[in-house]
Formats: sequence, C-alpha cells, structure tokens
Amino acid sequence: MTIESNLERVLQAGKFAVTGELGPPRGADVEVIKKKAQLLKGHVDAVNVTDNQTAIVRMSSVAACALLSQLGLDPVLQMVCRDRNRIALQSDLFGAYALGIRNVLCLTGDHQKFGDHPTAKNVFDLDSIQLIQTVKRLRDEKKMLGGSDVQGEFKMLIGAAENPFGDPFKFRVTRLAKKVAAGVQFLQTQCIFNLPKFKEWMKMVCDRGLHEKVAIFGGVTPIKSAGMAKYMKNSVAGMDVPDEIIKRVAGVPKGKASEEGVKIAVETIQQLKETPGVRGIHMMAIEWEEMVPKILQQAGLSPRP
Amino acid sequence: MIIAEQKPFERIVEMTAKARNILVAGCGTCVTVCLAGGAKEVAVVASKLRLAAQNAGRKITVTEATIERQCENEFVEKLAPALKGVDTVVSLACGIGVQFLAEAFQNLPILPGVNTRFLGAPSKQGTWQEKCMACGDCRLDKTAGVCPMARCSKNLLNGPCGGSANGKCEVNPQKIECAWQLIIDRMEKLGRLDELEAITPPNDWSTAHDGGVRETASEQAVPAKTEAMKSV
Ligand code: SF4
Ligand code: SF4
Repeated sequence: MTIESNLERVLQAGKFAVTGELGPPRGADVEVIKKKAQLLKGHVDAVNVTDNQTAIVRMSSVAACALLSQLGLDPVLQMVCRDRNRIALQSDLFGAYALGIRNVLCLTGDHQKFGDHPTAKNVFDLDSIQLIQTVKRLRDEKKMLGGSDVQGEFKMLIGAAENPFGDPFKFRVTRLAKKVAAGVQFLQTQCIFNLPKFKEWMKMVCDRGLHEKVAIFGGVTPIKSAGMAKYMKNSVAGMDVPDEIIKRVAGVPKGKASEEGVKIAVETIQQLKETPGVRGIHMMAIEWEEMVPKILQQAGLSPRP
Repeated sequence: MIIAEQKPFERIVEMTAKARNILVAGCGTCVTVCLAGGAKEVAVVASKLRLAAQNAGRKITVTEATIERQCENEFVEKLAPALKGVDTVVSLACGIGVQFLAEAFQNLPILPGVNTRFLGAPSKQGTWQEKCMACGDCRLDKTAGVCPMARCSKNLLNGPCGGSANGKCEVNPQKIECAWQLIIDRMEKLGRLDELEAITPPNDWSTAHDGGVRETASEQAVPAKTEAMKSV
C-alpha cells in the first residue's frame, strides 16, 4: 500500500529515517509554526506535532499538522487518548486525512494532573494499543469501531511510542509486541540518555524479531544545560537520565554546557546508527529547534534523501 | 465499602447558617468503619455545631441519632421519632444515605456532612484506598484480582503506560502503586504472565455510568408466590 507519506517513502527505500518534533503554540499564532517549520524543513523526513503535550493546552495537532502540510513538510499527527473518546478520535482521523495528513502517532497521553488544567475530566476511552487497532481497522477493513463502513479513502502510516526506561522493564517489550500485533509500523522511543539500558531493551526486541515488523526510531534530545538534565531526571515521568550525563554537562566551563549537550546528542546518534534493529532517530529538541540542523549535519544525517 | 471523609467544618456551618433545630444523623455501616460518619463522629460534629452557634451568639438546638443504615427503609423509618421539631438534617452518611433520607423526608432539608470519596478498603491503619469503580462488568479474573479500571489512573487495559516507575504511578509516585505493576507481578506469581500478551479490545462502557443511570433487579427478590406459581 502506498500512503503518500514521505516517511513511508524513506522507510521503503531502506534509508535511516529522521523525524523531528514541533510543539504548537499556546494560542493561535501561526507564525510560531512557520518559524519552527523553516528550521526543520529539509533536515527531517517527517515532523511530529504534539497533542497538548503534558496536558498543556496548545493549538490542535490536526490544525498544526495541516499548516505543516501546506508548508511542504510531512506531518506526523500525535493523538492522545486523554482528551477524546472513540467517536472524536475517529472523526479527527478522517478530518486529518482530508487535510492531507498521512502519518499518525497513537499515544495514551500524560495525565492532566501535569498540565495547566489539572481540574479537567479525562477520557481514556481507548488506550494507545486500541487506538492503533482502530486506525488499522479504518484503513484496512474500511470499518469503524462501531461497525459502520468508512466512506472513501483513508490511508495513514501508523506509529506509536514506547518508553524502554519505564517499568516493569521486561513487560516493555511485551507491550511493544502488542503494539506490533495491533498494526503499528513505526515506533519512536522516549529520549535516550541511558544507552546501555536502551541497548539491552533493543536486544530483547530483536530476540523476539519485532525489529523486522516495526521500524524503531531512537529518541534523541539535546541537553541545553545541567539544570535541564536534572529537571528531566527528577520531574519528567518515565525519564532515565544517568548521573554521568548530568556530570558531563555540569563539568564543562560556563557557557559551554549546550555545546556539550550537542556533543552528547551527536554521539548518541552515532551509537544508535550502529545498534542492531534501529532504523532511524526521532529528534525532540524541545524549544531548541534551531539546533537540529547542526546536530544532524554533525551526525551525517543531513540533508535528507 | 464506601469510603467517605468529613467535609471541612466551615462548609457544614455555612450550610446550616439558617437552621435552628438540627439533627446530625449518622450511619452505622461503611462510614462508621471509615471513621467519617458513625455515632462518634456525629457526637463531635454536633458539639462543634453547638459551640460554633454559641460563639456566634445564635441559639440553636442540635440533636444526634445514628441508625444502622441510611440506605434502607426499615432502618430509615426508625429515624422518624428523632425528627420531631427538627428543621434541618445533617447526614453523615454517604451520598446514597443523604439521598435516601431526602426521598423519605420530603419536607426537610437533608444536608451532606461528608464527602463520599470512593469504593475501597483500608490500605493501612487509618488510610483507605480506592479499589473499584463499579464498571458493571468485573474483569478481575483476567487481571489477577487487581482492578485496572479503578486502580490505574488512566484505566488502561493493555499494560502500563510509560510513566510507571519503581512500582509507582506517575500521577502520585509518593502514594499510589501502579496497578499494572501489581497485575504483572501477580500474574507472574500465578504463572499466567503469557495471558497479558493478548490485546484487550476497547471496553464496553455501557455497563458503567456511561450507559446512563443504572438500575438492577434481582430475581431472588421476586416474591416467592410468583415463583411457586411459575412452577405449577
Ligand atoms: S473490574 Fe469493574 S467491577 Fe471489577 S473491581 Fe474493577 S471497577 Fe470494580
Ligand atoms: S503509571 Fe501505572 S497506574 Fe499510573 S497511569 Fe500508568 S499504568 Fe496506570
């Protein structure tokens, strides 16, 4: 099946893929999207658009994806199960397809407790695995969850995320296997700072042959400062930042921390390229998009095919 | 059982600002066990109300009564004599008891003195934890006796989210255990871990509150006469 997604084209050509990430503005300011899009254009194969990440209200990911699409980028629509039930999720998937969006990333979503509306009611009607199944069913069987027929075309490349550093460690691979069974085609991991642990997880993935069924992209986040590293270690759910990394960034002279962060990111990418089963990277330069081209150039991944 | 906790006392004072003759009504079942609305708590709330009125220079009468259950007619009937002259009832029963009294005594304001929190059990001395959300289709057979609906903060059915760390839930790592860690640990002990490889399909929420207000009938409650007639 051809989905008309650039990411799919890259994967089918057997190339090492690079995806980026863009957080929409906390309002309707289109300029923010244009600016970030310009920074990423030509350096990545596709760009994730976050969906009210950490439960902070931002411009809708469908709308921001549509804008990226107009700007000539290949957007990946992140969809969380926190805010929409199966009715709204399916409806938004159709809307997204109609607007030219061809990749979707199925996520459970952070709890609203972490965001700027902690008194909100959550939904969690489906979980990420059930959402993967839903997209596949709409696409391959042309059936909605409730059994109705889907009118017209609907094709999307199905992605998901996984946290190799979450607990229980062994079950993380089982969970990936469930996502594969549900129909996921590409998978982006949580930011990798603990490479040995990631490699251990990856080995378990390969032992089960899952790397042949899903394209796994390692998550890379450049660290701007020791403060940021500490914050991620202590305050972001599911992050594993080893002390050596914090020490490395904290150990360089003042003003050089971000340089060291970039260096770590480039080294991580090199290692990921050599890790069996890894088929790409996912760059999450949180509010630091301008650094993406430099990192990718140094890692020998830019320009893109 | 149903777990409740006392409302902040100022709220009770606020609700009863116009009352002259208050009955504080306790319930002898769940709320007695969770120390929110039994005879002891009734006595405390009543004396605090008396004191508050005295300090405010208001003359009021506060009486006390605790019945076995506020959610059953045969017990609620027994409350009637205690209601003579009463213009306001503060019920320390759960929300069910409050509503039950309100239905039984149509002309009296029945005010809630506790916040009904959840269906749960003690986790340690003096602490209670949510265990069930009455989803209407119990799946504990599939999850080794640990409820993923009520005890996973996202009611996930296919395993833990990425925020599970060191056995704790991302929503409150100091206090809440990750239900999925518990499920996996227990399934492993029971030698049933492989069962968790199967994908659980989207849940049918129509048996839960999402299906609208629920009512259920028991066939056992059908009068014996009818049963006897059927078999004739
Ligand atoms: S599965 Fe449903 S009925 Fe069973 S314990 Fe959980 S919420 Fe209660
Ligand atoms: S950490 Fe565990 S209990 Fe909390 S939401 Fe995630 S899976 Fe559920």
